[in-house]
Parts: sequence; C-alpha cells; structure tokens
Amino acid sequence: MALTREELAMRAAQELRDGFYVNLGIGIPTLVANYIPKGMEIVLQSENGMLGMGPFPYEGEEDPDLVNAGKQTITALPGSSFFSSADSFGMIRGGHIDLSILGAMEVSEEGDLANWMIPGVMVKGMGGAMDLVAGVRRVVVVMEHCNKKGESKLLHKCKLPLTGKGCVDLIITDIAVFEVPGDGTGLKLIELAPGVTVDEVKSKTKATMTVSPQLREIALA
Amino acid sequence: MNKVYPDAKSALEGLTFDGMTVMSGGFGLCGIPEHLIVALRDSGAKDLTVISNNCGVDDFGMGLLLQTRQIKKMLSSYVGENEIFEKQYLGGELEIEFNPQGTLAERIRAGGAGIPAFFTKTGYGTLIAEGKETRQFNGEWYVMETGLVADLSIVKAWKGDKEGNLIYRNTARNFNPMMATAGRKCVVEVEELVEVGELDPDRIHTPGIFVDRIIKGTNYEKRIERRTTRKKE
Repeated sequence: MALTREELAMRAAQELRDGFYVNLGIGIPTLVANYIPKGMEIVLQSENGMLGMGPFPYEGEEDPDLVNAGKQTITALPGSSFFSSADSFGMIRGGHIDLSILGAMEVSEEGDLANWMIPGVMVKGMGGAMDLVAGVRRVVVVMEHCNKKGESKLLHKCKLPLTGKGCVDLIITDIAVFEVPGDGTGLKLIELAPGVTVDEVKSKTKATMTVSPQLREIALA
Repeated sequence: MNKVYPDAKSALEGLTFDGMTVMSGGFGLCGIPEHLIVALRDSGAKDLTVISNNCGVDDFGMGLLLQTRQIKKMLSSYVGENEIFEKQYLGGELEIEFNPQGTLAERIRAGGAGIPAFFTKTGYGTLIAEGKETRQFNGEWYVMETGLVADLSIVKAWKGDKEGNLIYRNTARNFNPMMATAGRKCVVEVEELVEVGELDPDRIHTPGIFVDRIIKGTNYEKRIERRTTRKKE
C-alpha cells in the first residue's frame, strides 16, 4: 500500500531532532509541521525572512505582512524573529539550518536533485531550493516514487536541469525510504511501505540500488 | 535637502527612462511598493530590466508591467504565480535570468556594498553555473556571482521619517533593505511618514543615506496571495 500524503509527512517527521532549525518546502513537506512529536522543540525557518513560524492565523486575523515562503498567511510565535532575505540565505548558505525537507521531480542514484524546471514546458524558477540544498546540513526529499506517467522518479542520472549535485541525503517515497551514500554504490533501500515488496520497489526504480541488511517496514505510529 | 514627495508619480519624475534597470522589493505580493509600481507603469518607460524576486500576479504588482509589455528582461528566482509571464517567456517575448533566491539577495547586497563579485556553493554543477568562473576553497567548489546595481530601486517600508530612515514590518522586509542600498536612485513608499527624531535610532533597519525620495502611500491594498486560516476551537 502506497503511503498517503499525510503518511509521507509522518515518516518525514521522524527525521526531526530536538532543537533542530528546519526549513520545510512547499507541498507535502509543509505538512510535516503537523507531525512534530510532542515535547520536541523545532524552530521552523521560512526563507523569505522568518524564524519561528507559527500556525495559520484565525479567520479574520490574517496579516498581509506576515506570510511564509509559500505566500500563505501565518503567525509568529514567542521567540520568532524577522530578517532580510540576505540574512535569511546567509543562515541557509552558512550551514546554520539543520534540516531541509523538500519535494523533487527527479533524484539520481548519486543524490543529484531536479525540481525547478522542465525546459520548454514549465518555467517557475528555483526560488530558494538551490541555496537550501547547497547550504543546509541534511537534505531530505519527500516525493511520489513515480511520476504521473508511472515512470520512476529515481534515475541513474537526472534528465531535467539540476537543482543541486550530490546534495540529497535521504529519499522518502510513497513506497520506500532510501539512504544516499553518494559513494558510487547507488541508493540504499532501508524501509518499505506496509505491504510493498523489494521486487516491487526494484521494478519501479530506474536507479542502481542495494538493499540494507536492516531493511524494515516504515513505522507509522 | 528635501526627500519628501507628495505622491508616487512626482517621486519618479526625472528618474525613469527606456532601457533602464529597476529593482523592486517584495516577496510574492508581500512588501511590494504597490504605488511606485503603478507610477512606473504610468511613466511609460519601456524595455525595462526588472530585478525582483517574483513578478507579481497577472493584475497586481509587477504583473501590471507585463500586461503593458514594458518589461524586456526579468531577474527573478520564482515566477510561478504569473500566467502572463509564462506565456510571454515561452513565446520568446520576455527574457528571464533565473537566480537562486539566496544568490539574488546576496548579489543585491554585494552591489549595494561595493562588492563586485563573490563565491557561493549555490548552483555549482547546475545550469546556473554555466559560463561562470568556479573555484575550490577548502576542498569545496564555488561559483562566482557578480554584484548587482540598478538605475532605480523602488522599496516599500512600513514606517519612515523625512530623512529616509526606514523600519520594515514582519516578513514584508524581505528584499527591500538590500535593494534600498543597490539603486543609484532609491525611492521609498511608507505607510507612516513621521518627523525626523520620532524614530528610535536603535530600531532603524535602513539608514536614510540610502534613500533619495520618500512618499507616504495611501489606500494600500496589500493583497494577500494565499489566505490560509484555522478555525477557533
């Protein structure tokens, strides 16, 4: 059974550690904020210029001067701070952010990431993604294993223009979790979604992969 | 020295010309100089190169200058909210130079601070690095990016005094402080304009030295791009 969007976010939340400064991308990564374990202190960074991002405002309390990187209205928390985009990316590029969780169109077996353009078809831009994957200490990708045509998004080499080279540390898909050793051995399968077999993952993966001796089922507590 | 102008139109008088480069503050629609953008459109200046993180939406912010085809080239990091943009770009009418957001912010900061170029890890091994000098420092590869300046920067702050000292509010700060430093001329709009001496010098984000002209904007629309809320329990 493939994981739902919520379950993907739940699994990604297991990468959080107490005291982490974390940047969450748009889409499924944003949902990770709903699964921060109780008692764990996480400070969310929004790259447009805020640390300590709070929940959405109550109806009628939206502030147009207070939005996140997805342009959604949000709130501040006790201890929040605001700063310029230059300072914001100074903390990203300077390695001060512990974890970045973001989406992908393609990931290669060496951890190359593509998520910002499809030549001739879609031009949206990379936003802060290139800076995040270059500067944040640990990069986790959350995505569907296959694209809408049913083709593997995990590849030997990315076909689309790269966002970053050798930058991904962990890939969480709706059927499996892979570590990216980045040492020429390909992706390392470490977890399977409930009911999914190694053979199914292999048949849906167009990248070199090994299977961890400690392979286990994704825990969704 | 009088920096205070009565409105956006008069504040841009004599500062706009065809083929000029303009920096415009804001992230999405948050913290954009909405009155100065309209005045820039109404100035009729064309073939503009616009440096702005985004390009507004079709009918608000920088999107207004796409409608009138006054923009020749954009330097941005993300333009996904704007359909006219995508159409003009894919149709070959509009040039775009995508910059990673942090690289864009730092290029503007550097430009304003007199730094012609710097090295960053961002974009190494990608399209962005093509044709650019790369260099290794402490075993890691970096890409050389150049500082940016503009003929004019238009900036939105929350509060300002008549000397041009500025205070921004919440996440409406974003690109505004760096852009204020990187325009050969900088024109600012504020929601509250106060007398010199009324702002606490310790709370000023942009010192007045960077500001050439300032106006008090009225009837701010401050449009929200994505209104997200929760219900009271």
